[in-house]
Amino acid sequence: MAEAAIELVGINKSFGAVHANRDIHLEVPRGTIHGIVGENGAGKSTLMSILYGFYQADRGEIRVNGKPAAINTPNDAIALGIGMVHQHFMLVQNFTVLENVILGVEGGALLKSSIARARSELTRLEREYGLEVDPDAVIEELPVGLQQRVEILKALYRGAEILILDEPTGVLTPPEADHLFRILRQLKEEGKTVILITHKLHEIMAITDNVSVMRQGQMVATRKTSETNVEELAELMVGRRVLLRVEKGENRPGDFKLSVKNLTVRDSRGVTMVDDVSLDVRAGEIVGIAGVAGNGQSELIETIAGIRKAVSGTVLLDGKPIDVTGTADPGELRDRGLAHVPEDRHYVGLVLAFEEYENSILGYHDHAQYLKGPFLNIEAIRADARDKIEKYDIRPANERLKTANFSGGNQQKIVLARELEKDPGVLIVGQPTRGVDVGAIEFIHKRLIAMRDAGKAVLLVSVELDEIRSLSDRILVMFDGRIVGERDGDASEGELGLLMAGVERQEAAE
Amino acid sequence: MSAPYAKLPAWADYGLIPLINLIVAFAVAGLVVLLVGENPFRAAVILVDGAFGRGQNIAYTLFYATSFIFTGLAVAVAFHGGLFNIGGEGQAYVGGLGVALVCLAFDGILPWWVNFPLAILGAAAIGALWALVPAYLQARRGSHIVITTIMFNFIAASLMVYLLVDVLKPVGSMSPQTRTFLEGGQLPKLNFLLEAVGFSVRSSPFNLSFLLALVCAFLVWLLIWRTRLGYEIRTQGFSPRAARYAGIGEARIIIITMMISGALAGMMALNPVMGDQNRLQLDFVTGAGFVGIAVALMGRSHPAGIVPAAILFGMLYQGGAELAFEMPSISRDMIVIIQGLVILFAGALEHMFRPSIQALFASISPGTTGLGSPKREGV
Repeated sequence: MAEAAIELVGINKSFGAVHANRDIHLEVPRGTIHGIVGENGAGKSTLMSILYGFYQADRGEIRVNGKPAAINTPNDAIALGIGMVHQHFMLVQNFTVLENVILGVEGGALLKSSIARARSELTRLEREYGLEVDPDAVIEELPVGLQQRVEILKALYRGAEILILDEPTGVLTPPEADHLFRILRQLKEEGKTVILITHKLHEIMAITDNVSVMRQGQMVATRKTSETNVEELAELMVGRRVLLRVEKGENRPGDFKLSVKNLTVRDSRGVTMVDDVSLDVRAGEIVGIAGVAGNGQSELIETIAGIRKAVSGTVLLDGKPIDVTGTADPGELRDRGLAHVPEDRHYVGLVLAFEEYENSILGYHDHAQYLKGPFLNIEAIRADARDKIEKYDIRPANERLKTANFSGGNQQKIVLARELEKDPGVLIVGQPTRGVDVGAIEFIHKRLIAMRDAGKAVLLVSVELDEIRSLSDRILVMFDGRIVGERDGDASEGELGLLMAGVERQEAAE
Repeated sequence: MSAPYAKLPAWADYGLIPLINLIVAFAVAGLVVLLVGENPFRAAVILVDGAFGRGQNIAYTLFYATSFIFTGLAVAVAFHGGLFNIGGEGQAYVGGLGVALVCLAFDGILPWWVNFPLAILGAAAIGALWALVPAYLQARRGSHIVITTIMFNFIAASLMVYLLVDVLKPVGSMSPQTRTFLEGGQLPKLNFLLEAVGFSVRSSPFNLSFLLALVCAFLVWLLIWRTRLGYEIRTQGFSPRAARYAGIGEARIIIITMMISGALAGMMALNPVMGDQNRLQLDFVTGAGFVGIAVALMGRSHPAGIVPAAILFGMLYQGGAELAFEMPSISRDMIVIIQGLVILFAGALEHMFRPSIQALFASISPGTTGLGSPKREGV
């Protein structure tokens, strides 16, 4: 084994009563790609934050290239050659690529010389690692895949020898992810060390040399990737056997519950986001919409749910029209049996500052069962919330806890419980498992299948191709606001990936 | 990944942090007093004694506090809806018109206890209408409510000058004010309350509207935390997108919230106009609308915080006046500086000491949920 680029010895970190990292040992050999997997809250982020200097460990030692290192701030980490690419990019949206790269390392009051230096350095890095990106492009005009490259360039420009990537593929298309992996392999060949944090096990299998599994703050196992498999890793992560693919029987589609015809939606700037889209969802089927984020899926489901106005087109719910170009209102649609689990649970599906029980009625707060005249029937609402907490195994089981203090998976369960318990005929679901841990994913998927089997119509939007493929009875692919293809639920990932990337149908079939 | 953030226990959030802010404000104010060559400790004693030393002083302190409770509640209600109502000053000013019109019309015919509810309605209605225009412009045209409410303060001031000079002034009078209201337009004093607990009060403007202010504080709590409308207002305030998702009409909430806010600000006029001067005068609001912003900030927009915060500012007004009288080198302007420092530290710099206190709590008290609660929020 090569010399360790990073060695963590007995790292402990507590936040109050929470022991986030417990006696962690980790050795990352130089020139390897090392995966770290674990459920949400397993302590991966805390560990990486300690390594990058956001937090300090209570106990334990960090060794970089064999030497003990004191990393108190990110600047210390950068000086030691550690770079980090965050899940949420830290880029100035209206700066150019070059300006973002030199941000913080301008090296003088005047920018001219440092920009020139950065430009030549970027050209070198691009050549060496295949990190092509136009240095003068403005960040907000770049697709996310390229924005991520800018983040990697930033780290390399600062002399990173060890690169930490936190959930890097969450926002990428399959082809973009493949490109990222090619870059990472290139980096490895040049002798750099990569630490990859992810919850996608097939990525671990595809690219890493070694993989470490964290559970409940502890490092439970480290394996050579070639000597393990997805099932073992999943079991190590969760601590029990997990069904990675939900079991579902044949579907028996019934009546048309939701029909969208020639729907066109523009955003506030007048850009066409949904372009002449038509689709049907029948009772007892899950229709999945695959596509890279930002190709109109969000706008499509928001319009159907009454949140956004359409320019033209019709939507029929149970055969009766929804006034999507005019007065459609989410409250009215709820009363007509259309439930909506929005993509963004933090700012749309929930009010994080509310206590849990307050969120358990969001959108249904005008239902008589929750009211006493103009007053909220607090007792009834709390009792109802406690029921849902029990039924959906929401943890901690405390309806008075602030919603922000629940984990992503439990927050999603709060939304799901609220929407499913009203027994809607049509369910629109956006990104049901984004940022949700493996155990909760299984639960959520089972619930969605159960809805289908109960004869409900489910329209599912997800950027997780695996999720679309394992849940959907039919798959529609959206690209640039249009539906560019329809496939059965068992379509291959490669085929869908090409459609998602906008490759024409005929070419995809070849 | 979450930023370091610890949830503080309520007593620290609502008690300790305001207290620390207050102590720092007074420490800095003490330096200013030292700078003009006076003894800051003696000044503090005079200030507190001037505010609470005798029944008389307490009555004045509570009289000022009454106005601040109304304006503080007004700002707080708007805050909950995510709106920053800077227009309390103007809404209170025109609210005085509602009080005066009722009193001028009925003071000779009806007793005060009939005129009081009418005056409440008048003040609230005109205050609400004054807030309606900026609210409508925000809801329908997207004109920023901060800008429009500020502008409406100026419009209110001009309007009132015109009305008092050209319309409401009795013929032959030289001063721009209405005639004095008869007995039917005068609210009973509450001095007896203080006398009942053993203080002696010679004469003071402390009047019935103080109790109305407390009732309003309770009603605001009820509205915000116990009604469907309050739920909708808070949803809109915390997350407009969640409100849209929940089918809560944004325009409707903005308009209703601002009208409630304006009504509360308008009712502030009852205190000086019907409770004290018994006539409508120029500039009777004297900054209470703006103090309301500080009161709401310091009281964390909760009625239980607003009432004590209003009393604190009442103390600064009353005790400050005594201080200016007792220490000639401390001018009236110095008092304004001290008030400004309290607003600065309790309001604008409210969060200055929060991170360090949170870090302290996280390290000593395992009961708090801990920095970033990584076990729960995770990756």
